[in-house]
Amino acid sequence: MTQPTRFSNAPSLAARAWRIRRHALRMGEVQGQGYIAQALGIADVLAVAYFHALAYRAEDPAWEGRDRFLLSIGHYAIALYAALIEAGVIPEEELETYGADDSRLPMSGMATYTPGMEISGGSLGQGLGMAVGMALGLKRKTSPAFVYNLMSDGELGEGATWEAAMSAAHWKLDNLICVVDFNNQQADGPSTDMLCSEPLAPKWAAFGWHAQRVDGNDIDAVRAAFDAARALTAPQPRVIICDTRMAKGVPFLEARDRNHFLRVEADEWAKALDVLDAGRVS
Amino acid sequence: MSAGKPRLTTSAMIASIASEGQRTKPAPFGHALAALAADRPDIVGMTADLGKYTDLHIFAKAFPDRYYQMGMAEQLLMGAAAGMAREGFMPFATTYAVFAARRAYDFICLGIAEEKLNVKIVCALPGLTSGYGPSHQATEDLAIFRGMPELTIVDPCDALEIEQAVPAIAAHRGPVYMRLLRGNVPLVLDEYNYRFELGKAALLRDGADVLIVSSGLMTMRALETANALRADRIDAAVLHVPTIKPLDEATILTAAARTGRPVVVAENHTVIGGLGEAVAATLLRGGITPRFRQIGLPDAFLDAGALPTLHDRYGISTDAMVQTLRAWL
Repeated sequence: MTQPTRFSNAPSLAARAWRIRRHALRMGEVQGQGYIAQALGIADVLAVAYFHALAYRAEDPAWEGRDRFLLSIGHYAIALYAALIEAGVIPEEELETYGADDSRLPMSGMATYTPGMEISGGSLGQGLGMAVGMALGLKRKTSPAFVYNLMSDGELGEGATWEAAMSAAHWKLDNLICVVDFNNQQADGPSTDMLCSEPLAPKWAAFGWHAQRVDGNDIDAVRAAFDAARALTAPQPRVIICDTRMAKGVPFLEARDRNHFLRVEADEWAKALDVLDAGRVS
Repeated sequence: MSAGKPRLTTSAMIASIASEGQRTKPAPFGHALAALAADRPDIVGMTADLGKYTDLHIFAKAFPDRYYQMGMAEQLLMGAAAGMAREGFMPFATTYAVFAARRAYDFICLGIAEEKLNVKIVCALPGLTSGYGPSHQATEDLAIFRGMPELTIVDPCDALEIEQAVPAIAAHRGPVYMRLLRGNVPLVLDEYNYRFELGKAALLRDGADVLIVSSGLMTMRALETANALRADRIDAAVLHVPTIKPLDEATILTAAARTGRPVVVAENHTVIGGLGEAVAATLLRGGITPRFRQIGLPDAFLDAGALPTLHDRYGISTDAMVQTLRAWL
C-alpha cells in the first residue's frame, strides 16, 4: 500500500468514537481498573485524529511518511490502545492482554512495547519537548508529516511544557499540533483549583501559537479544529484545547465524583458496556 | 596575600586546568566534532545557551544549519534531542554538567536512556573545574549518572583523548554522557602511545609500589604525581579508566591483583558514588582486597575561589596528591 490510510465519514466518526469507548471499556473489564474516565472523555478526539486527520499505515506503524502522534500522557494508554485497535494497528483480540505480564499493552504507554506508540510518556511534561525535536527533525528531512502531541491540562503545570511552547514558536514549527485534553481533573482534584492555567487559549496565543478551544466531545467541532490547524498557512505551531467530560458516554460513571482514577466495581463493567451499547451510533 | 605571590583569579568561565607552560590544544571537542560531522550528515549540534562555553561554537561555525541553539532551557534541550534522535539524527547536546545532571535528569533518564536513543550529552565543568561554587561545580555528576541504566559514561583526560573519544562515542549506538574539558585543554597522552577505546582502561605506566587508578584530568595529575614520587624512590603505576560505565572490571582486577601493591583511586568528583566506589566494589566482588584509599573531593558543597587554590585545598592538585601518597605509603 503506497497511500496513507484515509477514511471517509462512513463508518461515521461518531461510530468510531463509540467503538473506541467500547474497546477501552473491555480493557478496563479485563484488568478491573484503568484510566477509563480519561479514555471515554478523549474518545471523540482520538476518533477525529485517527479516522480523519492522521496519515498512517495500519500495517506499517513505523512508515516514514506517517504523522507522528505522541501520547505525552502515558496513563491514557488505554485510550490510545483502543484507537490503535480500531485503526487496525493492534489486533482486537490483544485487548485481552491489557496490563498483563509480558503484554504489549502496559498500563502506562511506552514506545518500546507497543506498535504505534511513538514515545514513552508518563513522566508528565516531557511530550511537548520531544515533539519540538521531532518537528525540527522532520523539517530537516523536508518531510511534510505533522507531529501531534496529546497532553493533559495537568501537564500545563510542568515548566518544561512552557519551555517547549516557547521553542516551538521560536522555530516556527507549523508542523506541530498540540492537543490539550482539558477535563479539569487531576490526581488531587480539579486542575483549576490547584494550579490554574486559565485563561488558557490567550496564554498559548501569547506564547506565539495559533490557539483554538473547542468542546472536545463535539465531533464536528473537533474535526473543524483539526482541519483549521492543518490548513493554517501561518508559520506558527498550533494548539487545540479540547474541553472534555470525564467518562463521557456512560452517564452513571460521568456522574461519579473524583474520577481521575475511576473506581469501577467488578459488576459495573458489563453494566457500562450495556449503557454504551444502548447508545450505539452507526 | 604574601608578597610576590601572583594574584589568582577565579576565571570560572575559562576554567583552564592547564598548568604553567603545559602544552595545550584549543577546543579539541569542537574541532573533532566538526571534522567528524563532515562525513556524518546525521550529526546535529544542540545547546542550551552554552555553545561558546562547551566549544560547540566551532561546530556551529562549520555547520550553521545543523546547529540548534535551544535557549536557556535544559529540559527542552534533552527532550528535543530525544525527538531529533527519534527522527534519525545524532544530536550532540551540550550544557554544563550541573545542569544536565541536576536539572535535566528525568528528561535524560526517561526521554533518552530508557529508549536507548542515540544522543551524546557532552558537558563542561565536570567535578571541580569552576571556581564559581556549588552552582557550577558538578562534584556529583558521576554519582547521579552512574545509576542510570543504558547510559555510557566517559571522562577523558586531555585534548588527545577528547579528539579520539568523539568519533568513538559517535560509533557507539546509544546514549552517552561525556565530561568535557574545554578551552585550551592540556595535551599529555601523546607521550604515552595511547589510543582511546570505549570501555577500556589502559595502564599508562607500570610501577611496583602503588597503583593509581584515575579518570579525567586526575590521570594527568596521577602521571605528574608518579614522576614526582620517583624522587622518593616510590614506583607508581597509573591505570587510566576513561570509561566510567561500563567499567573495565577485568583490567582493573588484573592490575589490582598484583600482590603487595596498594590501590588508590584519584577522581575529580566527590568520593561518594564515583570511580572510587565503583573500583572498590569491583575489587570486593572480585575477591581482591589490597590496601585501598580514595583521593577525591569531600562530601561537601565546595568553596568558591581560584581553581589552583581549590585543587590544593581539596587535595586533587599534583602537590597535594604527592603529599597524600608520601604520607600513606
